Amino acid sequence: MLNPKLKLNPKIFNQDCEQAPIRRGFGQGLMLAGEKNENVIGLCADLTESTAMNLFADKFPERFIQVGVAEQNLVTVASGMAAMGKIPFCSSYAMFSPGRNWEQIRTTITYNDRPVKIVGSHSGISVGPDGGTHQALEDIALMRVMPNVDVISPCDAIEAKKATLELAKSGKPAYLRLVREKTPIITTEETPFSIGKAEIYWMPDTGFAQVGIIVTGGLMSRALFAAKELEAEGIKTKVLNLSAVKPLDEKEVLALAKECKAIVTAEEHQIAGGMGSAVAEFLAQNFPVPIEFIGVRDQFGQSGTPNELIERYGMGKNAIKEAVKKVLQRKI
Amino acid sequence: MFLPEEKIKELTKKANEIRMSIIEMLIEAKSGHTAGPLGMADIFTLFYFHILKHDPKRPDWEERDRVVLSNGHICPVLYATMAHAGYFPVEELKTLRKLGTRLQGHPHREYMPWLENSSGPLGSGLSQAIGMALADKLDKKDKNRFIYCFMSDGEMDEGNTWEAMMLAGKYKLNNLIAIVDRNNIQIEGITEDVMPLEPFHSKWKAFNWHVIEVSGHDFRFLNEVIEEAQVMSGKPTVIIAHTIPGKGVKEFERDYKWHGKAPSEEEGKMALAELRNVRF
Repeated sequence: MLNPKLKLNPKIFNQDCEQAPIRRGFGQGLMLAGEKNENVIGLCADLTESTAMNLFADKFPERFIQVGVAEQNLVTVASGMAAMGKIPFCSSYAMFSPGRNWEQIRTTITYNDRPVKIVGSHSGISVGPDGGTHQALEDIALMRVMPNVDVISPCDAIEAKKATLELAKSGKPAYLRLVREKTPIITTEETPFSIGKAEIYWMPDTGFAQVGIIVTGGLMSRALFAAKELEAEGIKTKVLNLSAVKPLDEKEVLALAKECKAIVTAEEHQIAGGMGSAVAEFLAQNFPVPIEFIGVRDQFGQSGTPNELIERYGMGKNAIKEAVKKVLQRKI
Repeated sequence: MFLPEEKIKELTKKANEIRMSIIEMLIEAKSGHTAGPLGMADIFTLFYFHILKHDPKRPDWEERDRVVLSNGHICPVLYATMAHAGYFPVEELKTLRKLGTRLQGHPHREYMPWLENSSGPLGSGLSQAIGMALADKLDKKDKNRFIYCFMSDGEMDEGNTWEAMMLAGKYKLNNLIAIVDRNNIQIEGITEDVMPLEPFHSKWKAFNWHVIEVSGHDFRFLNEVIEEAQVMSGKPTVIIAHTIPGKGVKEFERDYKWHGKAPSEEEGKMALAELRNVRF
């Protein structure tokens, strides 16, 4: 069942479940953050509308900096603004930022300890028809490998809005990973959120779970459907929303591993270096259990509809169910 | 502010002391860059002992001018000048590049918090200075202070620099003054052989900057052009400072081989002897 304490969207499993692009939640959050704090700045590299920064830019034109198609400049200018007490959010497609400008982010933001928020929209395979050049499948790895940065990948538009508001209050560098396509609304305004706190979204009605499914980002709805169908087949699972890949909620991940002794991780990202790797690194040292990884297997993407691509690259509901069954067999 | 003869003499002496400190640091560290720091010693001296609005006893003074060093590898001159200006003891200079030092091989704010930025990888300092200048415009503090960015000619090869130049022109950042060390060398040779920059002056101009060229060793002219830059309206200013790499030590001057290496003890002693014998 859905965790009753979290006030999740009761329509999650309905045909008419609302959908919204996760990036839209960022746009709304940034506008609200801008209302609350006049030090919040928006910078963009010619993708203002695509990254939903236009809501902020229209409302606060004097606090919006358009740098043109220049992602290296985007983040380094933001670093300078942060040095003067500003809280800059800089948005582009994840493939270009942090894809193209990684060293600038490292030197001038994380090493330099400036509280710039890198916002990478159009992450994952679900970017769709634009094809492999525009599908960022490596960005979690690029960002989480650096010291001194939070890496947040919200599961829906509402969580993205809350994450944006929280990041505006934090004095740390951060990466916010967004998805282009509409995804089902999983949470509600009342669902608790804080950076670094993972929450169990699905749990067995009674007794212990046999497998723990850890999800980050837009695959949450598919994971919940998988969990519901598995329950009907007699397999009890828990689904953990790990929106912060960093800092990792070690307490929740450890508790889930101890209860289930088998884990499946799911993300729209390369398996190498992503959220699953972060979980595996932690569990290997603290409580080793078998893990199956849902993600892209050392390949680039291609053109297609988002749904086709998610199925083609093994990240759909059935793939999650199969991974659960596979890891169950590996349980000692 | 007018520079009287007396002050010029004082600055010349100070720059010579700073050059000696640079050599001493590099001998001790056994690695580091020699040519750039010696070439920029006059300019750093002029800034820290005459131009800058700053207070070494209150490095976090909010109203201070901001100095962004983009080409972090010339940090021996920054550290030596800051020490002589009173930011920290001159003796500490000998810890350059040693484990646990505040004087990292390339500058790092975490170790020395009163630096405005950490730097080393080339081409991103100008962007950071632009960010500071934009923030001051937004906060209407652009009349109170200036943002100075020190950069090298070699790092003009970086695409990031040109992105930055475009943006500064777009936002007409007259509170931003860039000083390019035009010493014509980079690690692998003469800039015009490695990657030609000329026509350097007109390239900046084409990006909507006010461009001034000056000798980087003439205190009076340098002072005058900085004053000119400070009253510029509607445009950022770049001062192309023609410097002699390795300036002050004949053996090191104008030879790109001294870009990225430190003098041996023997070479260093010879250099110190030459600097000690300068008559003012």
